[in-house]
Amino acid sequence: MSKQINVALIGNPNTGKTSVFNALTGLNQKVGNYPGITVEKKEGICRLPRGVKAHIIDLPGTYSLNASSLDENVVIELLLNKNDKDFPDVAVVVSDVENLKRNLLLFTQIKDLEIPCILAINMADRMRYKGITLDIPHLEEQLNTKIALVSTRKNYGIDELKDLITNYKELSTAPCMNASAIDQDYFDSLQRAFPNQSLYKLWLVITQDVNFGKTDRNEIEAVADFKTKSKADLKRLQQKETIKRYQFINDTLKQGQTIDLTTAKDLRIKLDLILTHKVWGYVIFFLILLLIFQAIYDWSSIPMDFIDSTFASLSEWTKNALPEGTFTNLLSEGIIPGLGGIVIFIPQIAFLFLFISVLEESGYMSRVVFLMDRGMRRFGLSGKSVVPLISGTACAIPAIMATRNIENWKERLITILVTPFTTCSARLPVYLIIISLVIPDKRFFGLGYQAMTLMLLYLIGFGAALGSAMILNKILKIKSKTFFVVEMPNYKLPLLKNVVLTVIEKTKAFVFGAGKIILAISIILWFLASYGPGDEFNNAEDIVTTEFTDQKLSIEEFHEHVASQKLEHSFLGITGRAIEPAIRPLGYDWKIGIALVSSFAAREVFVGTLATIYSVGSDDEETIKNRMAGEVNPILGGPLFTFASGISLLLFYAFAMQCMSTLAIVQRETNSWKWPILQLVIMSAFAYIIALIAFQVLK
Amino acid sequence: MQATVAHLKKGQRGIITDVSSIYIPLKLLEMGCLPGNFVELVQVAYFSDPMYLNINGTHLAIRKETALHILIDIL
Ligand SMILES: Nc1nc2c(ncn2[C@@H]2O[C@H](COP(=O)(O)OP(=O)(O)OP(=O)(O)O)[C@@H](O)[C@H]2O)c(=O)[nH]1
Ligand SMILES: [Mg+2]
Repeated sequence: MSKQINVALIGNPNTGKTSVFNALTGLNQKVGNYPGITVEKKEGICRLPRGVKAHIIDLPGTYSLNASSLDENVVIELLLNKNDKDFPDVAVVVSDVENLKRNLLLFTQIKDLEIPCILAINMADRMRYKGITLDIPHLEEQLNTKIALVSTRKNYGIDELKDLITNYKELSTAPCMNASAIDQDYFDSLQRAFPNQSLYKLWLVITQDVNFGKTDRNEIEAVADFKTKSKADLKRLQQKETIKRYQFINDTLKQGQTIDLTTAKDLRIKLDLILTHKVWGYVIFFLILLLIFQAIYDWSSIPMDFIDSTFASLSEWTKNALPEGTFTNLLSEGIIPGLGGIVIFIPQIAFLFLFISVLEESGYMSRVVFLMDRGMRRFGLSGKSVVPLISGTACAIPAIMATRNIENWKERLITILVTPFTTCSARLPVYLIIISLVIPDKRFFGLGYQAMTLMLLYLIGFGAALGSAMILNKILKIKSKTFFVVEMPNYKLPLLKNVVLTVIEKTKAFVFGAGKIILAISIILWFLASYGPGDEFNNAEDIVTTEFTDQKLSIEEFHEHVASQKLEHSFLGITGRAIEPAIRPLGYDWKIGIALVSSFAAREVFVGTLATIYSVGSDDEETIKNRMAGEVNPILGGPLFTFASGISLLLFYAFAMQCMSTLAIVQRETNSWKWPILQLVIMSAFAYIIALIAFQVLK
Repeated sequence: MQATVAHLKKGQRGIITDVSSIYIPLKLLEMGCLPGNFVELVQVAYFSDPMYLNINGTHLAIRKETALHILIDIL
């Protein structure tokens, strides 16, 4: 087998790297994480002529090699570390033909690193529309590279690009300009101090705000015969460098590119006068949100019901088809309902990502950032926080990952900390069942009380997120430069292939990531509920028989009583009754307590836990609901789920931090245990207090 | 008084004369916010903050506090 060629796709945001990646690799791709930090990394295999294979990496977009966000950092660390197993044999710089000038800045920097480099000029289909013509041979000569003119939309140029990758050894590695002319003395002394290092690499290490493991900045500063410069001086030099690079690019493009402005059209400005308008912009955004919510809840209910009933009958079928025994029970009462609890969220998650990906692909998301920035800043957030807050209504996990492009660390941290307040889809089943129990199914001027309660809970979620952001903004003393730059890309019709691949990829990540926990919890719960110490558990049949000697129990009733006797004295029941004193003031009994505790792993297990506890075989909500309605408060008598305890429970779920996966993500994204632990303690304590007040006032 | 990008009215254009590198993030310079380039105010949000600009063909939005540090000659 011949060696694989390592290829890295690098380029400005939105130039079509991922599209080129998809075109090169098709379905031959997987998403992983960079070790240590968590920026997503996409890899795939591309088959080249003559049986050669290329290993392709899709990198996050970056404007230059001077990183200002986590996303961008990934690119630089990869390019500076020759020992990285993914270090590229050849870099493909993907650029957008409409923004060639700006895109070439990054290109000249990568050339300076002396890595073999191909320039892929993408979106070539837009050239006629924009009145652009290019002199490719001239550009190739000036830039000292090979150029592929590509359109992933019209599907051409990809084969040419593959050929260039195959023959990457013929590419020149010489820089195309001399950037060190900006301060020749300084750069000469730098080179003298480190004769074996690439000059530009040294310069990057010196000026970067981040630390690199391999070539440490301190090491450079420790060398005696090299005079370091102050931060301000360095920054001035960087500015000079940028100007110098643009001079070179302008000179190159003067002959290499002609733009006929008379034929150029610009849809962007016309659309933006409406879509970012002070009034219409918000109206349209609101309508789009409405459409999305409607779609998520209406369209996904059909597949969700289908999944629900399929799993219920599967569980039933297993019970009947397999010989009776522990394994069958574990399968039919633990694992299958557990799996169902994962799969049931797939339609909602998929729809949400469908919309988010369309909004992002089309370029509209940047407009939302623009519209919302001012309002969000009042809460210590950034316009860029809107995207995580919106996606938080599906699931906090991808939402928290979506904060990575917020450059300002304080704004990013606050966004991460408050996002779990938004009503994620896992809260929905809990809300729905409790609302149907305690809120009357009546209407007020045509508006259903139940629907209004649900909407109120969503508003409470957003309100809590914004309110706590405001508080955090006041108390967090983090100095970080506020700066905010967001590009407004051209509007584009989303590429179907990109959208579909994103939806598949994110849904898969949800199922295998969060899914593992739900599955594990349901198995553990099943075990704890099915076994117990002592006589009261093991002799449940005898105890029930004696207790009900004078009553005539049908076989079914007898089994139910045995089951509840067993449950009460199982490990789960014992734990539940141990915590009962703490939750009684909120109006809950030990069974709800167990559901609460298991919900700390993931909220969505609430309904499933109650289902197990009330010994109902399936997850069928109607049955559970009837059971819940029939539960009696052990102390006060009367129904357990009253208006007061119901509201208290709703509020508890609205505020409590009940999701292990979210905590794990927060830990990874903030790289510390402090934040997730604070989040867990504060949110849950707050939830407890609010629920306590609600119950005590309403009861 | 020296005009800055924050002084532009919607639809107005200017030529960048100076950017103070202490206040302006490098990223903005790299996106084309350099002396000699033109800048046009495309759209403003409430209280003209943030500002949606076209700088040398690149469309981007920045906050007013940043815009105050980009000096221009209004055309
Ligand atoms: N007209 C046209 N549009 C394209 C072409 N290739 C990609 N696009 C569109 O350009 C937009 C950005 O494409 P992506 O592939 O997501 O760009 P990217 O470089 O991966 O973006 P980031 O990962 O955000 O940096 C999408 O809306 C694509 O549909 C092309 O050849 N022609
Ligand atoms: Mg991409």
